[in-house]
Order: sequence, then C-alpha cells, then structure tokens
Amino acid sequence: MLSIRNLHAEVEGKQILKGINLEINRGEIHAIMGPNGSGKSSLASVLAGRENYTVTQGEIIFEGQDLLEMAPEVRAREGIFLAFQYPVEIPGVSNITFLKTAVNEMRAYKGLPPMEARDFLKYTKEKQQLVSFDANLMNRSLNEGFSGGEKKRNEILQLAMLEPKLSILDETDSGLDIDALRIVSNGVNKLRNSDNAFVMITHYQRLLEYIVPDFVHVLYNGQIVKTGTKELALELEEKGYDWLKEAYHLKESV
Amino acid sequence: MTNEVTTPFYNYIVDGFPGFLDATPGNFLPLREEAFTRFKTLGLPTTKAEDWRYTNVQLFLKDPFTFSPVAGTVTETQLAPASIVGLDAYRVVLVNGHFQENLSTLPAIKGVTIEPLAAAATRPLVQEHLGQHIHLQDQPFAALNTALFTGGLFIEVAANVIVDKPIYLLNVYTTTHKNAFIQPRNLWIIHTNAALEIVESVLDLSDNGIVLVNGVTETIVKENAEFSHYNLQMAAKDGRYIHYTATEQEQYSRYHHFNFTLPAASFTRNNLSVALHGNYTESNMLGLYVANDAQHVDNHTFVDHLRPNCNSNELYKGVLLDSAKAVFTGRIHVNQIAQKTNAFQQNSNLLLSDKADINSQPQLEIYADDVKCSHGFTVGQFNQEALFYLRSRGIGEEAARNMLVGAFAYDITDQVKIPAVQDYIISHIEESIVIN
Ligand SMILES: Nc1ncnc2c1ncn2[C@@H]1O[C@H](COP(=O)(O)OP(=O)(O)O)[C@@H](O)[C@H]1O
Ligand SMILES: [Mg+2]
Repeated sequence: MLSIRNLHAEVEGKQILKGINLEINRGEIHAIMGPNGSGKSSLASVLAGRENYTVTQGEIIFEGQDLLEMAPEVRAREGIFLAFQYPVEIPGVSNITFLKTAVNEMRAYKGLPPMEARDFLKYTKEKQQLVSFDANLMNRSLNEGFSGGEKKRNEILQLAMLEPKLSILDETDSGLDIDALRIVSNGVNKLRNSDNAFVMITHYQRLLEYIVPDFVHVLYNGQIVKTGTKELALELEEKGYDWLKEAYHLKESV
Repeated sequence: MTNEVTTPFYNYIVDGFPGFLDATPGNFLPLREEAFTRFKTLGLPTTKAEDWRYTNVQLFLKDPFTFSPVAGTVTETQLAPASIVGLDAYRVVLVNGHFQENLSTLPAIKGVTIEPLAAAATRPLVQEHLGQHIHLQDQPFAALNTALFTGGLFIEVAANVIVDKPIYLLNVYTTTHKNAFIQPRNLWIIHTNAALEIVESVLDLSDNGIVLVNGVTETIVKENAEFSHYNLQMAAKDGRYIHYTATEQEQYSRYHHFNFTLPAASFTRNNLSVALHGNYTESNMLGLYVANDAQHVDNHTFVDHLRPNCNSNELYKGVLLDSAKAVFTGRIHVNQIAQKTNAFQQNSNLLLSDKADINSQPQLEIYADDVKCSHGFTVGQFNQEALFYLRSRGIGEEAARNMLVGAFAYDITDQVKIPAVQDYIISHIEESIVIN
C-alpha cells in the first residue's frame, strides 16, 4: 500500500528526516515510537502534505502513485488520513458542516452525489456511537473549547466517517484517560479490516495493549533505528531509549 | 474651512444650483438654501480633511455626472436579481429615489405610514426633524444632499405598533447613456414602544452610465422602541455610493444596524452616526465588508454617548482581496455626564492579497470617569494550520478558504435575525471571494 524509500525532509532549512524506509501493506498495523523530537510528527506531516516541509530526497509511493505529487486534499481523497497530535480549533465552522463538506468532497471525488440530509444524519449517528462522541459537540464550532479528549475523539470520528485506506494516528492516546483510551481503541479495532492499514505514533506501550501492532519501529534522529514486533514495545517500556541511542551513535561514528 | 479646490463636479453643482432647485419638490426652501451655503463653505473634501485622509473621493467624482431628479421606468422582471429567496416581507421599491407604488406592497396594518418624503413635506413631524440630526457643519455631502435631495421615503411607525413583517426597501438606480447624480433622502420615525425591521438593498440597472448616489437617512428611535436596519450594499461594478445615516435614540430604545458591503461597487463611503439622547439605550453596529478587484470601501462611524447607562457595541469585519482598499474610522464620544457607559469597538480584517490595504483608526474621546470602553484592531491572513487541517480532510483549497472566510464573518452573519437574509448574505459572501 505504502512504500517510503530513503525519505529525507527538512523544515525551515533544518534537516529532520534523514533516510526513512518503511513498507506498509494492507491489513497491517504499525507502531512508531521514539523519543520527543525524533521526527515522528514530521513523518506524519510529510505523509499528509503539510506545505512547510520540503522533501529533499527519496520517494513515497501510495497505491502505485507518487504521493509527493499530490496536494493535501488529493491525498485525503486517495485515502490518507492523519489524526492530528494537536487538532486545530476553527471558530465559526460548525463540526457538522465541516464533516458534511468533507464527506461530500470525498464522494464527489469518487463520482458520487452528495449524501441526502437524512442519510448523512443516520451515517453520522452510527459513527458517533462507535467512538461515544457527545452529540452536543456536533453543532459546536470545530474543536473550539473541546477538551483534549474530545478533540482526539473528534479525530477518530472523522476517521470513521471518511473511511481512509491508511490512517496515521499521531499520539492520539496522549491526554486520554483509561476509559477514553478504551473507547478510542475499540473504535479503531472495529474500523480495521484486511483492506486498510494503521500507523500508530505513540509514546506508550499502553495503547498497544488495546491495538496490537504487527510491527513496531523506533524512530530516532530522523531515522528508523530498529524494527521489531510488539515485544519491542515492551522492551522499550522497560529499558527506555538510551540503549538504542547508544547503539545508534556507535554505528554513526564507525 | 474654505473650498480649496474647485473641480468640474463642484462647478457643475454650484453653477447649476438655481436650476436644480427648481426641479426639486418645494416646502424645504430655507433648509435647502442654508445647506447649500454650508456646502459651498465646506467644498468637496480632499485628503487634507481629517475625515477623508485615506479616501480620495475626488477620484470618484472625476467623470462628468448629470443631476438626475427623475425616476426611470422599471418593470417587475427587472427586479428579479434583487429578490431574496424565502423572505417574507413587505416591499417598497424606489427608482432613483422615487417611490414606485405599482412595484410596492405596503403593510396593511394600522399605524404604519410610508410615503414619498416630498408628499410628507407639510407634516409637522417632518418640518420638526428633517435636517436636524445630521452634522451639517462638517459634512459636505450631507449638506449637498440636504440642499438638493429628490426622492426618498418618509416612514412613521405609530406608538405601540409592532410591524409584523420586515420591510424590504429596494433602491433601484438606472441611467442610460449618461452618468447620473442621484440624491435620495429618508426620514424614519419609530415611536414609543414600536418595532420595525428594514432590509435595504441596492440594484443598479444602469446601462452605459455610472451612478453616483449621495443619500441621507435620518432616523429617530423613540422611547423603548426597537429598530433593526439591515443595509445590504451589493451593487454593480462602477457605482459610487456615499451615504450618511444619522440615528437618534431616546431612552430604553434598541437599535441594530447591520452594514454589509460586498462586491462590486467601485466606491462606498458610509457615515453612520448614532446619538444617544436617552438613558439605558442599546446600540449594536455590525459591519462586514468584503471587497475585491479595486473596490474602495470606507466606513466612518460615530457613537455619541450623551446620557448615562447606555451600551454601544460595534464590530466591523473586513475581508480584502485583490487590490481592494478599506478604511475604518470608529469615533466614540462619551459626554461628561454619560456615566456608566459601556462602549465597545472592534475592527478585524483578513487581508488576502499583498496589494489589498486597510487603514483603521479608533477615535475615543471620553470625558466621563465611570465608563467601560474598549477598542481593538486586527489584521491577519488565513490561518495556515486551519487551512491545512481542512484540506487534510479532503476539502479542496478553494472550499477550505471559503469556509474560513465564512467562519471569519460568522460573528456578524450569525446575528442576522432574519433567516432568509442570513442565507442570502452568506451565499453572496461565498461568491465574492473567488481568489485569483
Ligand atoms: N515548523 C518547524 N520549524 C522548525 N523546526 C521544527 C518544526 N517542526 C518540527 N521541528 C523540529 O523537528 C524535530 C522533530 O519534531 P517532531 O517531528 O515534532 O518530533 P516528534 O513528533 O517525534 O516529537 C524537532 O527538533 C522539532 O523542533
Ligand atoms: Mg510529535
């Protein structure tokens, strides 16, 4: 589904990603872990097409197409979804209008007519229940004054409604209490199937108890320094990242 | 101040005055002559005048204009472009300021008078109020209107009458093969405990000619009365509009003035002057200007807190594209005895082009000590994070920008209390902001 090859990217003249290689197939769940500032959100941003990032080397092929050639909205319509680490508040745009516009833009891309008002309502309700999203938040301005947990749940609600092929969840678990974490995880588990794939960016092994990954990657200093299975997450939880950093620097200095 | 420049337009007016006067309806002669003397003393303003520093009105008076005291003929089908879908309202149509009975549907309820100002000339109320609520001494255009107005409406709502539906007041302008100078004049009086909503709009049907409209509206909102005025300025390209709106509020009255200036008239100057003559009044002045191309939009507002315990709340927001220019002046005067005044003012702008420009200046003159006054000015571009967020959900760039402009305007549009008018404005905003 997705091939990232030798990806180098910079932001404001600063090199952040320094040769990322990653293969993701449909049906898989990948976890990306790593210390703060190692480039996890940057990788997510490059995938989603944030414009202040410049790719200086390498390529990203998504479903056989050159992802880097596509505008952010085209990537979304082709099936990429990023659940933001920090969802943006947009006063004056109601949550429901936003969702309706997004759903209908996706449909238009597929050559489908806009959803009938009643069907849309039904569809929204169904997805709302999936993530226990408070119906009162639907008519409020997008994310404005939402609690941290409400914002994260809103990201998953959007994910549920847009049914992407590849979802990237950037620290969706941070700031969630255990109940919210369970709800969000259940939602994701219901949405996963053999045709889609998930990338979970997280600090905590906790999330991976609910959503079990097929692969765990450690990102450090703009590179994937280790890849393993879910046991790697446990090992990181116990030992921290220092042993990996040391190994990485030893390799660097050779 | 003496007239420093004599332009062809000025000379045309001064030389033509005696003849023009013959063409205007009578009964206001002393007032007209006095105003004309005032106009000659003031002259047409240049950018040296404080109130016109950022608006060179001379640029818009260069073309030759013809004093046009008569209405043209307009048919029902020609009005179609100005219809507001779903609006349940009475309708009053003015053509070049002149009341068109055959195109109008007046309220059938008792206590509402709507007639041409000229027809109302002998009413004591008109004699008492006309020209008494504008600052003629420093307003050359209002003085010129007072000297030579033709057309316009007298509206009176009797005490305790709540007008059941809004009045849609459609100002149609038309001229063929020449540029027309048109000066309508309104006097509206809403008596004690009465309530009225007016939705005012413009339709420019001119063919091969530009209209220059210099209007004045004087309104008195009496004790505990409520008046909502939605002024929709979305006239055709090339039109030039100068309007002076002077409102006087008596105690416990409520006044809601909405001013929407959208494309495409090349020049708009609005003077809104609200004088609070009674205690415990409420005034909401909400403005939205969306300007594209080379439009010039100037809003000059003045709130005069003359009595204690009044609230005024002013919010003007602007979206500027292409090489559009906007000017905002917000003057607030708080009289020494106007204790417990609350006066708020905010002017916020979205500048969506490098060539667009905004000049904004608050003018606060506060002579009372127990007051709450604040003012603010902001100018910004699109929030890139918000834009990216919307696009990352599959929303195209143009639609995303539209949503953000709509969101920016929401503070204003949300307060429009007539749903059909609200929808109409929102869809016009969307049409206005095609970004090249
Ligand atoms: N807009 C930006 N301008 C400059 N530096 C940035 C910007 N965004 C991120 N960075 C830097 O990129 C590095 C990686 O950040 P990020 O991708 O957010 O890491 P992570 O998500 O792994 O914590 C950090 O050093 C951060 O300071
Ligand atoms: Mg991060």
